[in-house]
Amino acid sequence: MHIPDGYLGPITYIAMFIIMIPIWLYAGYRVRKDLRSKQIPLLALSAAFTFVIMMFNVPIPGGSTGHAVGGAIIGIIMGPWAAVVSISVALIIQALVFGDGGITAIGANCFNMAVVIPFVGYYLYKIISGNSDIKSARRIVAAVIAGYISLSVAAGCAGFEFGIQPYIYPAVNGQYPYMPYDLSVTLPAMLGEHMLFFSILEAIITGLVFIYFQRNEPGLLEEKKLSQKMPGKISA
Amino acid sequence: MDNTTKIIIVALAILVILTPLGLIASGEAFGEWGTDYFKEKLGYVPSGLEGLSSLWNAPMPDYGIPGLEDTTVGAAVGYIMSAIVGSIIGVAALYVLGKLIIKDNAD
Repeated sequence: MHIPDGYLGPITYIAMFIIMIPIWLYAGYRVRKDLRSKQIPLLALSAAFTFVIMMFNVPIPGGSTGHAVGGAIIGIIMGPWAAVVSISVALIIQALVFGDGGITAIGANCFNMAVVIPFVGYYLYKIISGNSDIKSARRIVAAVIAGYISLSVAAGCAGFEFGIQPYIYPAVNGQYPYMPYDLSVTLPAMLGEHMLFFSILEAIITGLVFIYFQRNEPGLLEEKKLSQKMPGKISA
Repeated sequence: MDNTTKIIIVALAILVILTPLGLIASGEAFGEWGTDYFKEKLGYVPSGLEGLSSLWNAPMPDYGIPGLEDTTVGAAVGYIMSAIVGSIIGVAALYVLGKLIIKDNAD
């Protein structure tokens, strides 16, 4: 769902940057406030993780393709604000170095994939997990559902951004200047492809990585409580 | 470097080697079509889209090394190189960013 240059008109892509700038600034503030320097390696590796996961394009019936993002599990493990930073960095590299996603669409793509996915994923995981034990099966279910729903919602957002273009920029002499397909096409296409295929992949990845951390590094899944209990104890 | 960090790096390295599997999907994602798609489907290329589509020339377009993408092996090599380059830039960028903004004694 990397929106390329040219699909969104200026009103939309500028609006998405205006939405993203305060989010990026606040995310930076929260990373400064919530993370310790010992978490920098994990944060850095999470950007590489989402970058590489997004390269696994999956063909689906009908000739289209898509991929998972790995954003929900980053949100669950690192917290949603740290995920905003790491996924945004991966998306900006994809746009600048690899031409995947437009330069003008960096705001929109970061909103869809670096904000919507980790936030929807993190809060769904939190709500479904409740007070269950960190090692409980309920939390695995929570992570899987978080992965599935978060990518689907993000796809819906991208579909919405695509689909409002014909209303904002109607056809001139029968020719649309930007994305020519309206919401009746873009929403079912984006939601359908993801809900039937790519979100399932996201759910599996979220579940597998979650199980790994649950078994081997349960402490990282309750990082927040730890850092509140012993402020200042870990210093470089 | 702790054990988890090492395991994540190994897992990432395996994923990087496997990335050429992503090349099996030869189609185009919804909403990520080239200008040819519109020419074919609509008989025209949306004017604003055409203007913006050539705004940026990425050094490794579509995760490939220019000149190498014509062969299967070349595309696979380009893909793996892209995964390595992207991962290294991402890790380096966040390392620098993390060191700049995270101050352990800030509170």
